Amino acid sequence: MKPTLGRLLAAATMTVLASGAAVAAEKGVIKIVSQSPLSGPQSVGGEGIKLGAELAVQDFGALITDLGFQLVFQPEDDQATPNVGVANANRIINDPEVLGIVGHYNSGVAIPASEVYVKDSLVMVSPANTNPVVTTRDTTKAIANRICGRDDVQGPAGAAFAVETLKVTKIYVINDKTAYGSGLASAFEEAAKAAGVEVVLSTGVDEKETDFSSILNRARIDKPDLVYYGGMFPQGGLLIKQMRQKGLTSAFLGGDGLDSGELQNIAGADNMKDVYFTTTGVPISELPAAAAFAKAYQEKFGKSPEGYSAYAYDSARIVIEAIAASIKAKGGEKPTRAEVAAAVRATELEGITGKVKFNANGDIVTANYVVVSVGATPAENKTVKVVAIDAPL
Amino acid sequence: MTYSDILMLLPVTLADGLVLGLVYATIALGYSMVYGVLGLINFAHSEIFMVGAIVSVEVMTYAFVGSDLHPIIQIAVAMVCAATVSGTLAVAAERIAYRPLRIRKAPFLAPLITAIGISLFLQDAVRFIESLFGQFIRPFPSIPFFDQQIPLTANDTISYKSVTILVIAGTMLLTLNYLVQHTKLGKAIRAVALDRKAASLMGVNVDRIIMITFLIGGILAGVAGVLYALQFGRVDPFTGFIPGLKAFTAAVLGGIGSIPGAMLGGVILGILEVLIGTYAPIFTNNVIGTEYKDIFAFGILIIILIFKPTGLLGRSTTEKV
Repeated sequence: MKPTLGRLLAAATMTVLASGAAVAAEKGVIKIVSQSPLSGPQSVGGEGIKLGAELAVQDFGALITDLGFQLVFQPEDDQATPNVGVANANRIINDPEVLGIVGHYNSGVAIPASEVYVKDSLVMVSPANTNPVVTTRDTTKAIANRICGRDDVQGPAGAAFAVETLKVTKIYVINDKTAYGSGLASAFEEAAKAAGVEVVLSTGVDEKETDFSSILNRARIDKPDLVYYGGMFPQGGLLIKQMRQKGLTSAFLGGDGLDSGELQNIAGADNMKDVYFTTTGVPISELPAAAAFAKAYQEKFGKSPEGYSAYAYDSARIVIEAIAASIKAKGGEKPTRAEVAAAVRATELEGITGKVKFNANGDIVTANYVVVSVGATPAENKTVKVVAIDAPL
Repeated sequence: MTYSDILMLLPVTLADGLVLGLVYATIALGYSMVYGVLGLINFAHSEIFMVGAIVSVEVMTYAFVGSDLHPIIQIAVAMVCAATVSGTLAVAAERIAYRPLRIRKAPFLAPLITAIGISLFLQDAVRFIESLFGQFIRPFPSIPFFDQQIPLTANDTISYKSVTILVIAGTMLLTLNYLVQHTKLGKAIRAVALDRKAASLMGVNVDRIIMITFLIGGILAGVAGVLYALQFGRVDPFTGFIPGLKAFTAAVLGGIGSIPGAMLGGVILGILEVLIGTYAPIFTNNVIGTEYKDIFAFGILIIILIFKPTGLLGRSTTEKV
């Protein structure tokens, strides 16, 4: 029941790019693929990843083209759906010209898709997937990398903020039942319980739920200090809207899934009082090195970057530099996928999001965790605090 | 939660269930009436509903944000626009995708497939149009008027929004019931449902009646779209699928082909869903969460259908409506 038009278009673009490339290339074509949702409710976030990566290919592509290769950037649409992401992954690994993946947006898609990439040692650098399992599986350890934080740190960081700053004692915890949402919510819940907070309601809701009245009617009696939501902005925004419409003034806290400019649009600008989210993507305004990026992004695409756009930019840059380094190491020959994967793991660079260095799992050694207080417009979002925490090994 | 808290929660839960149920019922009527006259499950109906919802959001966003018109009038205008577009689409779908097959005596599964085709076409057409404007999720503008509360019980309140939906949906359902049971047009619709050939021999223009049935179903779906967007605050091009599926279920539960059945089925399904969603986590101490509400609601549905296979108000075999 999902659209196929997007896939057809993508296939058509691919063919055009590939045929054009075949003429120009001397030593062959190298492709970098981005996988993120480009259609459907989460397409805003996914588009942000695609465009960030595209900008990096434009800025750093010369590293590869100067060595005599044609570089092609190929955006794929995983529709935020695991089976679509896996189907794309199967197609991608059978294209020998693809040497690196930037993606995904959803952990629930990244986890099964990386099981496909690893079959041929195709490296994945994730700008946004925070579920711990993305990097902790032994089977995919060689190829799965991420430059953002992890939910088993993000959840407790959110709990610490709720307990220490918001001083909550009675809370609701809701998750959207996806790998990302339930993982984050349970990490938060455990930490909150350990701090002595009473969890009155802990429940899942359907990933596409639009009716939260069952939960909110109850909340009018329970009067929780805080509603925590582990999930994405399309539902999170609606939950905030319905909460405020029911006259509930409880604080609202979520994870990086709420980090989108669409949040205010869905929830309503007037409803953002006492709304917070934690994220592992430091806002562009807090990244001094990213100012030029934000400007170029705005000029090229006519909109401001999404939460993880700068991270996608760095992810793509990591892949490009790793490919260039492997070509040089091989005396100008096209490297194998395994060689690129090893080069990615050895990365050490100063990106626009900070210093990137991977540990043995493929996690960034030190990630930033940010608490954001949401304003009436995305520009009015305020960073409450930033903490740098090392990834667990 | 104490027992008095649990009891206190009941009226507002039932009220929310009734609102949801009436939205389901309004959609379900379209399925049921078309099934009544044609024996066809019109799977495109959920998309006709979605288009109505999107039209209402666009009207509210582009015509009325910041307007001084009374919110009730704004909603009325949105409803007229949504009903017009949805009604036209339903009739167009009938002309393009169902009537040619009927005239050529296609096997009965063929219109089912064209219905699915129309459904996919509408989804992607709306998605395409919205994406031209860089949009996908369309939030219903906040109207403070509808968030005002009036007392429901000593401790609890109900919003103007819910009351508005109850009144509009209730009026639509009663009007429809009157139309079908007490007017000449209704008599013709019932005649076509009973026996198409005999009705045409008696001078009923069968094709015209079928078209009118689709028109009524489309109008109801359009209105239901407005109510849905108003109540839940957000629509997108794939919004139609789940409510459509549930409304179809409601039509089957009530006895497909039966108009009072579709209303009853919708209300029962809506109330069950909200009741279970609210009380399952309370009584099981969070072991069974809100996410299981559909499983229980549909489980109860299966049990009802085991004991009453024709649905609650459905009559057996040959008779329809």
